[in-house]
Amino acid sequence: MSILGTRVIRTEDPRLLTAGGVYVDDLRTPELNGAAHVTFVRSPVAHARITGIDASEALAEPGVIAVLTVADMDDLAPPPPSSGEWDGSPAPLGGPWAEPLLAIDTVRFVGEPVAVVITDSGYQGEDAADLVTVDYEPLPVVLEPTAAVSDEILLFPAADTNVCVAQAASADDTPFDACDVVVERDFVNQRVACLPMEGRAAAASFENGRLTVWVSSQNAQVSRFILAGALGMAPEQLRVVVPDVGGGFGGKIGIDRDTITLAWAARKTGRALRWAETRSENLVAMTQGRSQLQHIRIGGSRDGRILAYRIDVIQDIGAYPRIGGLLPFLTCLMAPGVYDIPDVQAGFRQAVTNMTPIAAYRGAGRPEATAAIERAVDLFAAEIGMDPAEVRRRNFIAPDKFPFQTKTGAMYDTGRYEEALDKALAAAGYDQLREEQRRRRASGDPRQLGIGLSSYVEITAPDPDAGETAKIEVTDEGSATVYTGSSAHGQGHHTAWAMLVQDELGIPMDRITVIHGDTDLIPVGVGTYGSRSLQLGGSAVHKATVEVKDEARRHAAEMLEAAEADVVLDTSAGLWQVRGDPDTALSWAQVAGHTSGGSLIADVSFVQDRPTFPFGTHVSVVEVDTETGQTKMVRHVAVDDAGIVMNPVLTEGQRHGGIAQGAAQALLEEVLYDADGNPLTSTLADYAAISAPDLPSFELADSETPTDLNPLGVKGIGEAGTIGATPAIQNAVIDAVAHLGVRHIDMPTTPQRVWTAINEAQKASHQ
Amino acid sequence: MKVDLTVNGTNITADVEDRMLLVHFLRDVANLTATNVGCDTTSCGACTVLLDGESVKSCTVLAAQASGHEVTTLEGLATNGEMHPVQRAFHTEHGLQCGFCTPGMVMAIVSLLKESPHPTEEQVRNGLEGNLCRCTGYHNIVRAALAAAEAPAEVSA
Amino acid sequence: MIPSTFSYQRAGSVEEALSLASEHGDDAKFLAGGHSLLPLMKLRLAAPEVIIDLGGLHDLSYVDDKGSYVAIGALTRHHDVEHSEVLAREVPLLAHAAGQVGDPQIRHRGTIGGSIAHADPASDLPAVLLTLDATIVARGPGGSREIPIGEFFQGLFETALEPDELLTEIRVPKPASASAWSFQKFTQRAIDWAIVGCAVQDGRVALVNMGGTPLRATATEAALAGGASPADAAAHAAEGTNAADDIRATKAYREHLARVLVSRALTEASSRS
Repeated sequence: MSILGTRVIRTEDPRLLTAGGVYVDDLRTPELNGAAHVTFVRSPVAHARITGIDASEALAEPGVIAVLTVADMDDLAPPPPSSGEWDGSPAPLGGPWAEPLLAIDTVRFVGEPVAVVITDSGYQGEDAADLVTVDYEPLPVVLEPTAAVSDEILLFPAADTNVCVAQAASADDTPFDACDVVVERDFVNQRVACLPMEGRAAAASFENGRLTVWVSSQNAQVSRFILAGALGMAPEQLRVVVPDVGGGFGGKIGIDRDTITLAWAARKTGRALRWAETRSENLVAMTQGRSQLQHIRIGGSRDGRILAYRIDVIQDIGAYPRIGGLLPFLTCLMAPGVYDIPDVQAGFRQAVTNMTPIAAYRGAGRPEATAAIERAVDLFAAEIGMDPAEVRRRNFIAPDKFPFQTKTGAMYDTGRYEEALDKALAAAGYDQLREEQRRRRASGDPRQLGIGLSSYVEITAPDPDAGETAKIEVTDEGSATVYTGSSAHGQGHHTAWAMLVQDELGIPMDRITVIHGDTDLIPVGVGTYGSRSLQLGGSAVHKATVEVKDEARRHAAEMLEAAEADVVLDTSAGLWQVRGDPDTALSWAQVAGHTSGGSLIADVSFVQDRPTFPFGTHVSVVEVDTETGQTKMVRHVAVDDAGIVMNPVLTEGQRHGGIAQGAAQALLEEVLYDADGNPLTSTLADYAAISAPDLPSFELADSETPTDLNPLGVKGIGEAGTIGATPAIQNAVIDAVAHLGVRHIDMPTTPQRVWTAINEAQKASHQ
Repeated sequence: MKVDLTVNGTNITADVEDRMLLVHFLRDVANLTATNVGCDTTSCGACTVLLDGESVKSCTVLAAQASGHEVTTLEGLATNGEMHPVQRAFHTEHGLQCGFCTPGMVMAIVSLLKESPHPTEEQVRNGLEGNLCRCTGYHNIVRAALAAAEAPAEVSA
Repeated sequence: MIPSTFSYQRAGSVEEALSLASEHGDDAKFLAGGHSLLPLMKLRLAAPEVIIDLGGLHDLSYVDDKGSYVAIGALTRHHDVEHSEVLAREVPLLAHAAGQVGDPQIRHRGTIGGSIAHADPASDLPAVLLTLDATIVARGPGGSREIPIGEFFQGLFETALEPDELLTEIRVPKPASASAWSFQKFTQRAIDWAIVGCAVQDGRVALVNMGGTPLRATATEAALAGGASPADAAAHAAEGTNAADDIRATKAYREHLARVLVSRALTEASSRS
């Protein structure tokens, strides 16, 4: 019986649970003995010219080794020129939008690093950083994206505009003219913090011309590539090591300016250095997520058919466009969601603002798309007076239409959207819920029930041609080591990859070691983001096992003096033998020992033709206290179909975590600034991160619609839960007070927002 | 100043700055790095340890305050190589993903179960209000706590 | 993240604590549970040069039934106030409210005296003690004195305590009807400070976070005394308050919440009596 598809608890856990993980700040490796500490001096103002930096007081403090600024970076070549136009890649725009390592003469967001203080101890670093005096001449601040696109105040005068990337949508209104009903509305998809529990952290040691950088990252190899370019070094002179990582969620893809600065400083000073940001720094200086203004139009006929949908996005990208125009591009790509809409128009403008830079955060552009279309569908349903489940049902892409090319250019591989909806509704007991809702409305109960739906589809492995690597080595001791280009930060890859190897080769899991994240051991790899790892990294592992198996068969055949076609592997026992003759059995150790090198090795990369598209439906049940506006999540039902489930334990964990982050955006979290660009949510006392009492236990229903795009039949589950949950919960809150005349409430649906919406609806109804 | 703590049963005496936080004492002086720092406003609970058997946030206790007292960290929870029921339950229930919040979460639950040996789900969730997790959505952490509560009686930390 | 440098002194007795306070004057702060002071120091919003740790004063941790009142030592931890059998029986409002402070870890360390002396109007216990008409006992170089709770909170983070005085005991008169209480704390998340809160006991109503100090809802109390129903009396709950606008709530919303919470609290308290 295959181990694949069974519940296997994690091999990662015993170490994590007894000794604890080893995150960057925990490293006690000899190369970091006596490492000095790095503390950044960061801008306390949102937009200003730097007119002077005085480090003299700091330098006089005990334990201060150096205070470095951009003026000391004379050993770095300027970055190569770029047109500053977006080439479609997830890389910084450069050119006129270039982001320096340490601020040159202008700071553009509170938290931008201006200087680096190097001290013997971390405590001294904090003291000394307080004493570095930076003179700022304030510049006018741009915070509202609508103000940013007006270009009245420019963040980058050399660029002539704040709109750094744009993709125009059609200007044709005629598809809407043909509709009985058209609804138009503005939505805010608010700025949220990435908030991994481990902030950014790095350490570096420069010895014998070689720079080793330890970093909390989602990809060691990409990080090395970035470092090589930034520091003008050949990749061989660099080693990047990713130890345990305390969460990434997209915010730790590659490395950012602070880590590059630390690496540079280690080379410059010749001292080993280490750094782990505080949470206050993390909440202003780590990239954040979402932050879109959306204008939608949705039109259709009274019988529930949606005929046209348009979304215009203004993406606030923060002070520097670190991943080009990728986020709103993905939003537009996924705009129509699961619906077969004849006319779809999607466009965006992306503008810089004086706030923390925005980059990938769990879903990266797709939650925004789903939130918009799912709200739009509910608005359309309300307008025509039809049940929102029924409207969805009438517009799904039919199951026989796959692979389906959407009007926005995505090619969906497989999907059974109506089935997912039916499963979710059945699991939720939808009819009974509507009955309970009717009862409470009739009785005027101050605590009203809201039922919200979200049917979604999302794009995973959006860069399938980048692929992933895997190397497997089976030794003459019969153990196996897997070197993966994937880079787990909680996902449980080590368990899953070991399951794949056990399944294909019959080597037991406790004899399999999985290694990731060290460029000396794995020089080529892509990493973990975009929910790509199981389909690409897992398929690479699978491909490597097949190659190892083929090589082993050749050796076994020689050893057994049999034809290859007559040699079989009994995977339940891990033994090679001549078919039907168990007395000839050879162990993996024996077969590997037959090779000239003493081990069987396969080193592969796996690329996929196209991305895959998981899908599902979430049903949220909330209770809203109409007297206070307070929302309580009562139930959350989810169907998330990401193809074949390799290990339900791991998949469920990803779904749970995804739902929680989705709920967090719908109900609680928002990064706020005051009118001068000062962050108001820069500590966890102010930023409303979701906690255990805010959530119910989740109800997950199963669904597996395989893809034909990889041998495992899997799609990505990492972000789907977030994408599906947010709109369901937002829709539920609005649904709870819809009978009071409320049509829309922007996220987060805080008690005050809900109460205000109720008041305004009641005022409007009395006019 | 000189401080004198018992950590996981071992006495540690050291000369430290008066302002040294207990969490840094544990990580940098006692070299027990399982306990993590996750915030600077006593909000996240990643630094939770037991002080004289009760859960506290070690980032908001001075090493000096803990001098003369007993501290238990995750590393001190297992007995003779045998995992504590809470550790075991986290493993069987998949109560951890990246593991960063886990030491604090485990210690908070050990303390919770000492005070409330058979909590309801609601009591577990409320009892974890001071411990943030970004990966798991808390679902399996709650299951781990409830499973540990049902495990046969063990030596308490 | 970490406090600026200070000198740590551990007091072995109340006398020693007072003597250290006199010696260092404005340079020193008392440290009780540390969960009001240390968070401020870690953000460098407070930077005393000397910290006088009271943690060793175990004889200031007690909950004693004194007949007509309950005496609570200033260094009694919130956890112990929450689980006190004496309070469960005699002043359940206070036991319940102590269980709402922060989270379990904070409650294992924070003390009732520390919380009261810190006087954050957003914290729960000052308003509860106001409702209960408590008396604060303070010791100074000149001896002990009693401060009625109505005179104790003087402004934002300001109390009637002199810099060289130590809060040693809180005396809570036993309510006429112990069970006729209610505590309503409105938060977004469980761990949050109250956006607005209220405590009700014996016809007295006090508000959390509706001004620079905890406030009695005197207009509501007058209406109740005049025979108004809970709902009608609660309509006056925001009168005389001065609620703030912040990222959690506007003043108008806070005033609305005060009315709703007071109505619910009055209803709950009377249903319990």
